[in-house]
Amino acid sequence: MINFILLILIYTGIYALMAIGQNLITGYVGLLSLTQAGFFAIGSYVTAILSVTYGIDFWITVPIAGILAALFGVVIGLPTLRLSGDYLAIATLGFGEIVRNILNNWDSLTNGPMGIQRIPMITVFGMKISPYAKWGFLVVVWLFVLVAFVLFERLANSRMGRALEAVREDEIAASSMGINATRYKVWAFALGAGIAGVAGSLQSTFILSVTPGVFTFMVSIMVLCMVVLGGMGNFAAVILGAFIIQFISYFPQLVGLSNIIPPQFKQILFGLILVTMMIWRPQGILGRKTRGEPAIFKRRGGKK
Amino acid sequence: MGSISEFFQHLMNGLTLGGIYALIALGYTMVYGILKFINFAHGDILMVGSYIGLFTFNAIRGQQMGIWTIVAFFIAMIAGMLFSAVLGVLIERIAYKPLRRATRLAPLLSAIGVSFILSNTAAWAWGTKSRKLDYPFDNTPFTIGGVAITPHQILILVVVIIMMVSLKLFVDRSRIGKAMRATSLDQDTAKLMGIKADQIIAITFAIGSALAATAGFLIALEIKVYPSMGMMTGLKAFVAAVVGGIGNISGAMLGGILLGLLETFGVALLGIPYGMRDTIAFVALIIILLIKPEGLLGKVEKEKV
Amino acid sequence: MIVLETKKLTRAYGGVVAVSEVDFQVKDGLITGLIGPNGAGKTTLFNNMTGLDTPTSGQVFYNGEEITNKSAHRICRLGIARTFQNIRLFKELSVLENVMVGLHFKTGKDPLKGRLKAAVDSYLHVRTEYDATHEKAMKWLEFFGLSEFADELARNLPYGHQRELEIARALATDPQILFLDEPAAGMNPSETESLMNTIRRIRDLGVTVVLIEHDMKLVMNICDTITVLNYGRNIAQGTPEEIRNNEQVIEAYLGKEEE
Repeated sequence: MINFILLILIYTGIYALMAIGQNLITGYVGLLSLTQAGFFAIGSYVTAILSVTYGIDFWITVPIAGILAALFGVVIGLPTLRLSGDYLAIATLGFGEIVRNILNNWDSLTNGPMGIQRIPMITVFGMKISPYAKWGFLVVVWLFVLVAFVLFERLANSRMGRALEAVREDEIAASSMGINATRYKVWAFALGAGIAGVAGSLQSTFILSVTPGVFTFMVSIMVLCMVVLGGMGNFAAVILGAFIIQFISYFPQLVGLSNIIPPQFKQILFGLILVTMMIWRPQGILGRKTRGEPAIFKRRGGKK
Repeated sequence: MGSISEFFQHLMNGLTLGGIYALIALGYTMVYGILKFINFAHGDILMVGSYIGLFTFNAIRGQQMGIWTIVAFFIAMIAGMLFSAVLGVLIERIAYKPLRRATRLAPLLSAIGVSFILSNTAAWAWGTKSRKLDYPFDNTPFTIGGVAITPHQILILVVVIIMMVSLKLFVDRSRIGKAMRATSLDQDTAKLMGIKADQIIAITFAIGSALAATAGFLIALEIKVYPSMGMMTGLKAFVAAVVGGIGNISGAMLGGILLGLLETFGVALLGIPYGMRDTIAFVALIIILLIKPEGLLGKVEKEKV
Repeated sequence: MIVLETKKLTRAYGGVVAVSEVDFQVKDGLITGLIGPNGAGKTTLFNNMTGLDTPTSGQVFYNGEEITNKSAHRICRLGIARTFQNIRLFKELSVLENVMVGLHFKTGKDPLKGRLKAAVDSYLHVRTEYDATHEKAMKWLEFFGLSEFADELARNLPYGHQRELEIARALATDPQILFLDEPAAGMNPSETESLMNTIRRIRDLGVTVVLIEHDMKLVMNICDTITVLNYGRNIAQGTPEEIRNNEQVIEAYLGKEEE
């Protein structure tokens, strides 16, 4: 039982990273990207291939995974970000499918549908962090979440964060204020993709294997639900969203009813969450961050 | 077989596929024309329609193959169309209408939710195994000048052409069609002119969904039906709509046929591996967005400042 | 001295010519009025000078440099700011943040460091950056008497204040030229009165003002020079006095107004 709760918390952490990225893209810049699964896959495979085939240490593969995913973000973002949001949604969705298609077909690199097994465990100061003894892994994952949260929250309160929100509110007005809207959109897209890549790295050392079947559209939808449910434009809220969505996902197993509740139910529920939230509470459970002086500044001495 | 006849063979296959894409693309384009929003659930409405058609056909076709089989085929098709039409209108009422004045993101997210609900409910209710329509009649291909044509292909092309022509006539000539065009140009003014915009929107959804169901039924005949079929099929048809110029009815027809030809010839002549066939549509999308974002027949739309 | 001018600027949409071979000049330090009946092409001309639209033919020069095909954000950075006919505030941001966005590229440009370094610095010293920008933004709010609304969402401001905030935001970019597209639209007489004062105070800051306006009282009162467009063509320019007595203008525009 306790193991199961730890499992949920570990997945909450991994998905929270993706949700933080999605929140920057969707909550701050207002772009509907549907391809966190694609970047997640890229990150997972980078770590899997580098560590299994080339024996490179996990900690070195993480930044590579992040950067590579971010680069793909730029590649997909540049042609599509200049266009309206609806096109972006479709183009990114297509990109996610293409990634999965390639992973399935590029046998020499990815081993096709069989995937890659026996990924080495994470080591910290020579100590193996086994995913089976979940406590250690939980700490590692949540350290990542903490760092990502601080970095992204800071970004949101910075000059760039204001520019991103301005672009969301009114792109034309923003460019008339000297803001290069396309550049900021690409940046946000790259950062959001990069953090999903890092989440992928963690996922592959947690499961110790990767297969293309994991990275379906369903993953992107779950991440989107986390952001919508928690509250767009609020990093703490999307972490809460990640927990709720993971809890729902594993609820049937948790209460031992997985034989009775069909697997589609949680997915139908995700769909319902999107529809009902949009109609009744578009701001999400916690809502957008309140305006005024950012709270992280207030704690450090208040107004001058 | 000479290369000329081979060419015509692919042309025939491409046209059949393209005709189906075109029917689906029409739904995207009509809804986009009026609400400026992409109905993400369109592909799933298609899936439901094709299941309903398939079930109806299996229920009423009887044992013997004969004239009744063809009648039953069309009855089943109409049943699927009606069901999808009602479903489309209901979805619009429940999930999109309350969001008409909301941010641009809201209806899109809601539509993704609807799409997920439909495909997973179908998987739960009808299973994930793919099905195919039993042949309503003999499908032995006959050859004309070295080109093998199946009766199904002819049936598909006939249905597609009838649908497209009647839609075009309806939109261009009928009163409701005119009201639809007026609403798509300027919803508020159309309302002032006494056009009931809500009604027009409902009719648009009904027609778009019915066309999708038709396409879905034809897919059941030629390919197969499964709960998650809506996503890929819908995506490709959307690409077709964008290639032709979203919001433009003739553009959707043209885009659909072009995409069908592109996929067929891409695999057959350009040597693109079959496993990567689905990628063609997205590459086409990116290219068209880069060089002619308004599509082949679309108008440039610029936000008024 | 002429700071901004268009040469034979033409903008056609398909077959419709919105602006036709317009030569328009803006002189340094003056308030220039751009008037004309609805559909005369005033806003189109504005958009073509501020990078939101691209001319079909013709050129735009700013301080002798051609800026014809430059994008909006580049033109703003060169020193041309604007407001919009139908107010385009960042509605879900606070009043203060709207002005802080206006300060965006100024605070990001440090001649000693270069842009990347400045961007990284603003991230590392996020609080210092915030405080500095906050302070500058507050000054602009004070200039417009909007300080008390600093933490309100922009969309909750009364209409007249929204117009002022839009001007404040544009001024925060520290422009040489400020374009105002119908600043008095929807204002009541007393609001218009105070707007006229504000515009004069802006001019006194050394900012060149160009405005499109339908309120003749405002235009005739505060403009130093007026250009009249009709059917996309420049039909007259001169002092308010000259414009008032120009036969062509009266026929095309003022005559109709007095019906």
